[in-house]
Amino acid sequence: MLKRVHFGPSILPFLLVAPQIAVTLVFFMWPAGQALYQSFLMEDMFGLSTEFVWFDNFKALFADPYYLGAFKRTAFFSFVVAGLAMSVALMLAAMVDRIVKGVFTYRTLLIWPYAVAPVIAGALWVFMFDPTLGIFAYALHTIGYDWNHKLNGNEAMLLVIMAATWKQIAYNFLFFVAAIQSIPKPLIEAAAIDGAGPFKRFWTIIFPLITPTMFFLVVVNIVYAFFDTFGIIHAITQGGPAKATEILVYKVWYDGAVAIDLGSSAAQSVILMAIVIVMTVVQFRYIERKVEY
Amino acid sequence: MRISKYILGAVTAASFASGAFAQTEIQWWHAMGGANGERVDKIAADFNASQSDYVVVPSYKGNYTETMTAAVAAFRAHEQPDIVQVFEVGTASMMAAKGAVYPISELMADTNTPFDQSVYLPAVVSYYQTPEGDLLSMPFNSSTPVLWYNKDAFAKAGIENAPTTWDEVNADAQKLLDSGMSCGYSFGWQSWVMIENYDAWHNLPTGTEENGYAGLNTRFTFNSDAVVNRLQSIADSQASGIFKYGGRRGDSLPLFTSGECGMWINSSAYYGSMVSQADFAFGQTMMPLDTDVASAPQNSIIGGATLWVLRGQDESHYKGVAEFMKYLSTPEVQAWWHQETGYVPITTAASDLSRQQGFYDKNPGTDTAIAELSLNTPTANSRGLRFGNFVQIRDIINEEMESLWAGDKTARQAMDSAVERGNALLAKFEKANK
Repeated sequence: MLKRVHFGPSILPFLLVAPQIAVTLVFFMWPAGQALYQSFLMEDMFGLSTEFVWFDNFKALFADPYYLGAFKRTAFFSFVVAGLAMSVALMLAAMVDRIVKGVFTYRTLLIWPYAVAPVIAGALWVFMFDPTLGIFAYALHTIGYDWNHKLNGNEAMLLVIMAATWKQIAYNFLFFVAAIQSIPKPLIEAAAIDGAGPFKRFWTIIFPLITPTMFFLVVVNIVYAFFDTFGIIHAITQGGPAKATEILVYKVWYDGAVAIDLGSSAAQSVILMAIVIVMTVVQFRYIERKVEY
Repeated sequence: MRISKYILGAVTAASFASGAFAQTEIQWWHAMGGANGERVDKIAADFNASQSDYVVVPSYKGNYTETMTAAVAAFRAHEQPDIVQVFEVGTASMMAAKGAVYPISELMADTNTPFDQSVYLPAVVSYYQTPEGDLLSMPFNSSTPVLWYNKDAFAKAGIENAPTTWDEVNADAQKLLDSGMSCGYSFGWQSWVMIENYDAWHNLPTGTEENGYAGLNTRFTFNSDAVVNRLQSIADSQASGIFKYGGRRGDSLPLFTSGECGMWINSSAYYGSMVSQADFAFGQTMMPLDTDVASAPQNSIIGGATLWVLRGQDESHYKGVAEFMKYLSTPEVQAWWHQETGYVPITTAASDLSRQQGFYDKNPGTDTAIAELSLNTPTANSRGLRFGNFVQIRDIINEEMESLWAGDKTARQAMDSAVERGNALLAKFEKANK
């Protein structure tokens, strides 16, 4: 009797989840479906003649050495940015845990860059390193190095990596500080009493205990480097020189919005979508298991 | 209650306003920012004041690429403007969209608007004509590359006359370096200036099928010995400072206006910028001739943008659009636009009017662009270019030229690669528009 009262058929649960499902359908499933459909079409830019070409757009992409180049470049860029941003942030967080005076000021200053919009961050770095106007380019020139990221692809890559990393350090720092602070103090104090030095304490106690945070940040940072660095790259190099800084998401935008080649652009989005799905599955299934809680 | 009363009042006023005049609104999307944007507004305002049936509403939609993308997106959503400004490299893409664009010749005939195509400068309109000679879009802002030079620096280096050949450019650049300058010359819009116009100027083809005019199966041929040798010699001259690369589009302008480089080859439409930024006497002269390649220059080709009329609007709009196009071509409007901006006038009457008004006497050299364009009757090589996907192809050419300037490739490698990559895009365009 009681069971029936509690679990009898009711439309209430459906109503309660309906908004969430509606949002998912309208804002995620529908556009994703559109992109998938578009990726099978070859169209002129006005959409006057449309031809269903099956996988031709995908075939063309994988036969294009520049697309494969963008793939490798994106992998390199993402791992370097994620690795640098996390290691620098962890170092700063470990340091800030040990200072006694002015912690608040120090922390606030380190968090600031996070509030800077990507395009503004890009513009700042462009001005500092502009070959003719930039202060850093001038400084490098005085010590005999001729900096010109407008012609030198490696320098351009270095510059976007620096800007993208700088922007992400603040975010990682915030999470690391919180993670380190949540470690029970007695653990660290006991280790100190047993004679473990700061380095030993960090590697044997703090580091293992913050691995869940680290795992979370690996996912967030790689997604950041893959997708959110568009503004920085657009402001600094526009993907140049000679495609040296053109990562996948930049190419999607260029082919879709500048070249108006919607079929190829949609095919690239579908591939990016697949990458994100695979990445998420792999990380949650295999990496998370090894994390010590 | 009070609020709703206000709204009611506003709605009534608005309906009265539109009812009283019954004017047809004509949307004009353009890519002219800054001072030129104000000039566009003035043209529209003057036209609106000149008659009472139509109101032209100009809207700035960002740079050329953004404006074109916006119009395409709007067309797909059936919200397109009546008139959109598209840059010359988008011509082939617009032309191929037969159901979307309303050719000017056809528009004028359908609306019974008197229209004489022969009054337009041949070098300007030939870029936008069908092989049969029908005008597709209305030239609006057209320019052509000229050689800008610093007269003060020339005097200091003891150079008497402006250079006319590439040998003289190099010799003068050396004299400028000897007089203490750090750079001889630079240029901008490098694909347009150093490949497309270089070819036209020397009557060489940039692509097969009459540079794409005769068919979509056109392929590039600009990796010719003439282009390769010239570019290689320019790249080699970087070491001594004779040439300095300063970036894409007009990014190298500061190299000239700051007095670092003594010569600069780029669009005649930088006249306004020169007047406001150069604190030295400057002049403009025709592009240099490669005497190894041709004995006399042919004619240059234009850059800039034209106004395209889009289909799908109510009949009543097109009469107004035709009237506006007619107004735009009047000598008074054209002469004013030409003198303010440095863009070339699109009719011979407008350039005659500018001459009568004494503009060329007061500002020597400002007729260089028209002189270059009308030097000879355009040939199949110097009429213009009609390549699909040319927006992206220009970027490819920029990339390849940059690897040449950076020393990563030779001119031969860079041009062969640019042709190969460009041809792949031409083939794709051919497939999508067959």
